Amino acid sequence: MQRSRLVFWIFCAPVLCWLFLLIVLPHLDLLRMSFRGENDYGDMVWTFRNYKTFFTEPIYWLTFVRTALYAVITTFITFLLAMPVSFYIAKLARARIQGALVILLLLPFWVSELVRIYGWMILLRESGVLNFFMLKLGIVDTPIEMLYNDATMIMGLVYTSMLFMVVPLVSVMESLDDSLIEAAHDLGAGQFTIWRTIILPHCKPGITSGSIVVFMLTLGNYLTPNLMGGKNSLWFTEQIYNQFIASFNWNQGSAFGFLLLLLSSFIIWLGLRLTRQKLDEVAS
Amino acid sequence: MVKRFGEFAAVDDVTFDVPTGSFFSILGPSGCGKTTLLRMIAGFDEPTSGTIEIRGQNMLGVPPNKRPVNLVFQHLALFPMMDVAENIAFGLKRRGIAASEARKRVDTMLERVGLPGYGEKRIEQLSGGQKQRVAIARCLVLEPSVLLLDEPLGALDLKLREQMKVELKKLQAKVGTTFIYITHDQSEALVMSDRVAVMNKGRFEQVGTPQELYGAPSTPFVAKFVGENNTWKAAVTKSDSGGVELKTDEGYSFIAKANADCREGSRMDLFLRPEAMRIEPRDRAGLNVFDVTVKSILFDGANSRLLTTTREDHELLVTLPQNRRFDHIVPGDEISVGWHPDSGICFEAEE
Amino acid sequence: MKRIVVFALLAMFVLAGTARAETLKILTWKGYAPQKLIDAFEKETGIDVEVTFSNNEEMIAKLRATRGAGFDLAQPSQDRISSVQEKYNLYQPLDYSRIDSALFIPSMLEAVKKNTKVSGKSFAVPFCWGTSGLIVNSDKAPGADSFKALIDSKYKGRVSYRLKRPTLIAMGFALGYNPFDLYDDPKAYKAMLDKIADTLIEAKPIVKNYWANGDSLLESMRSEEVFVAMAWDAGGWKLHADNKAIDFKAPKEGALGWIDTFTIPSKAENVDAAYKWINFIMKPENAGYFSSQEKYATASKGALKYTDKEVAANFDRSFPQETIDNINWYPPVPANLERMEGMVLDKIKAAQ
Repeated sequence: MQRSRLVFWIFCAPVLCWLFLLIVLPHLDLLRMSFRGENDYGDMVWTFRNYKTFFTEPIYWLTFVRTALYAVITTFITFLLAMPVSFYIAKLARARIQGALVILLLLPFWVSELVRIYGWMILLRESGVLNFFMLKLGIVDTPIEMLYNDATMIMGLVYTSMLFMVVPLVSVMESLDDSLIEAAHDLGAGQFTIWRTIILPHCKPGITSGSIVVFMLTLGNYLTPNLMGGKNSLWFTEQIYNQFIASFNWNQGSAFGFLLLLLSSFIIWLGLRLTRQKLDEVAS
Repeated sequence: MVKRFGEFAAVDDVTFDVPTGSFFSILGPSGCGKTTLLRMIAGFDEPTSGTIEIRGQNMLGVPPNKRPVNLVFQHLALFPMMDVAENIAFGLKRRGIAASEARKRVDTMLERVGLPGYGEKRIEQLSGGQKQRVAIARCLVLEPSVLLLDEPLGALDLKLREQMKVELKKLQAKVGTTFIYITHDQSEALVMSDRVAVMNKGRFEQVGTPQELYGAPSTPFVAKFVGENNTWKAAVTKSDSGGVELKTDEGYSFIAKANADCREGSRMDLFLRPEAMRIEPRDRAGLNVFDVTVKSILFDGANSRLLTTTREDHELLVTLPQNRRFDHIVPGDEISVGWHPDSGICFEAEE
Repeated sequence: MKRIVVFALLAMFVLAGTARAETLKILTWKGYAPQKLIDAFEKETGIDVEVTFSNNEEMIAKLRATRGAGFDLAQPSQDRISSVQEKYNLYQPLDYSRIDSALFIPSMLEAVKKNTKVSGKSFAVPFCWGTSGLIVNSDKAPGADSFKALIDSKYKGRVSYRLKRPTLIAMGFALGYNPFDLYDDPKAYKAMLDKIADTLIEAKPIVKNYWANGDSLLESMRSEEVFVAMAWDAGGWKLHADNKAIDFKAPKEGALGWIDTFTIPSKAENVDAAYKWINFIMKPENAGYFSSQEKYATASKGALKYTDKEVAANFDRSFPQETIDNINWYPPVPANLERMEGMVLDKIKAAQ
């Protein structure tokens, strides 16, 4: 007994150290920093100013609202696309193809996000692959710039998020008894009603956990909005980066970081409330 | 009707007719094609060839949600995300029936299946038997022309199953809906049905009332599958219009009723029900009588039997009536048994 | 149990053993430490060189995060040293006696010493220099000779620049200010930034994208998606080698001149190696090799002799004497200016 507990601590110690040193400590330091700021004489003092700035400067909170809104849209589109895909994988595909399909979804994640985005850029740019073929086929006369707009950015974000929605959906759909669908069909329900009354309610926990993950990933994404969104797409994470790197204002940056954490948690809480769910139900 | 999956014919040229308002069972071992048959009637599968008509209407190409047929699934398939009332009202809602009217019908239906006031309960709060009734109520509330039941009693424990058999029968008599019930349990089929079809390897072996199936099986399969039977292998020694004379492989000479044309010398299978054998018959005239040794007493209340063997070690089950007359019999006793030629059924031997 | 402890101790020894080999950790820009020179240095001194690529802002952020530890040598631009040093104390004063000053062009060495002086001590020596100006595709945009071309609707959708402080400075000059003169007058500087912000927001439909990665900018120019860009001279020369129509062009407001330096972070572990590297790479043949590779001129005296003819020709073509005289050299950036600029940059990026 004594011995096994010792072994337990020996194995746990690195994890705990890791958590504490790399996650808890830096966060505490960031939290402290977010409440520090220079006063008029250039001395560092305790202050709420960094937080106040967020709410008083429209550019900051507007950027946040925009980011959150786009994250919600991305989550919703991802959900719409993932639903039939997951249904196909979980219910219609044969077992052997099933594995292959999941691997296929996983494949893009074997290269880094940066490479994936550059791949998209090569495809979509004015002198890119897609334009080349469209010109060849005579669909367009002059190449079109498909990069650097919101639609492309959302597409990129959806592409990056797909897997994180499909995996939880596939696992809840696999637990759905086929006879429920047939029973509903037998009782007079059409395709749409079956989706609305049987499949969606059954998949609710999967939808919620997938949505939370996708929402958080999208909100915290940096590369995709920056590279694919281009000139009009200030993302909140970029603003944090800019505060740290370009403006050397670490205090402001930390405050933004914590605001991101708080506000995104709030949005998720709100989403759970609106759909009348509890976090532990979703997690189980 | 024919249904093929590739080369395999799951339902092979089956034709039958179910009178309106009757309780019709399809009895067969698992894998005999009865579920496929049911799914074709429900509309989940389309027959490869042939046709299905309900009340004179051709059902080919009509999707399940448009057929006047409802199915009670093997595992019931109640919707766990809804409460009992919502489950029952599901079909009504799909038909666009107003909420208040639906509410009323649901309550009536709950009363009819003996679950008044259960509307608010969640599915997981119900016992097995209650779930059963909700599943049936959910279909019956739609007043289908035909209610299909896919071994719905399979998951229940024995006692409950016995009880539900009777209840289902009563319910069917009360509502008057045509029931098509599939099962592999002969007792379910015999107890509840007006008519039973025995199915094997995609074909119907025999269709008839339970009594006909039991008393006059028309194929060896039915004889073996419906009820219990003792089997003898025998050869025909004499055959005329009244019956046949058989000599079993053990050397006994019996007289029995012929079910097939039996030429002299042909090989036969003789089936003999345990209750057809009388222990120590007083009036031996016209009976086939022989001696057996009691191996053990299989006591099962009204269904008690003796396990006996002939001198040649041929095992036979003999019904032991519980009327105290045979209380003296103990294992090891030698007793004589006799049976009437009319209760022995013989078929041409299978290869 | 015992075995685990023994194993852990062993692992620690092994790790300690590998850490013992002498290394030099350089925090620098991409291309500033060519592999061939690293190999030669390792052969000559036996010191392993580890290079981390970065830019001015990230260099400062990285060093600030570790309070000047983790690297033995950094290469910020000379104008970004003194204010950062005053505030965060990231670097250590250089010991000029350990630097072979004969290797340097004296005027540049003096200028850098002067510009990086904090409380009487200097913190840097020059490495290389260059300018920011325009890269122009003269077939497509023959008239572009001013920073104003970046906001000229004639080139709508064919313009690209970074959303970083050099662009703000360039716009300042384009709008008739001298931003460097306003460095000490925050109010006037702020007023100028607001004007620049308005201009750049209005010009948003004209710009194709704000480039962030030098290679991808060059790719867009090469594929003729972009005709006019604000970028470094060396980039323009690289393109010129492939397409004669594209070249670096010093705008008439004057190219923006920068000097990248060597500094030693305050908690550098291997100071000796840092000095060795400086003296090594500033040797004319090494500096010349670097110039040939990266097209940047260095502060090494006599390196031109070892530079490729073509590269040397770039200077003659793009920098006649009067253009050189017209260069606006970045003076040291006073503290807190970046914060003001950061806000303006966010505002421009966020505008729709």
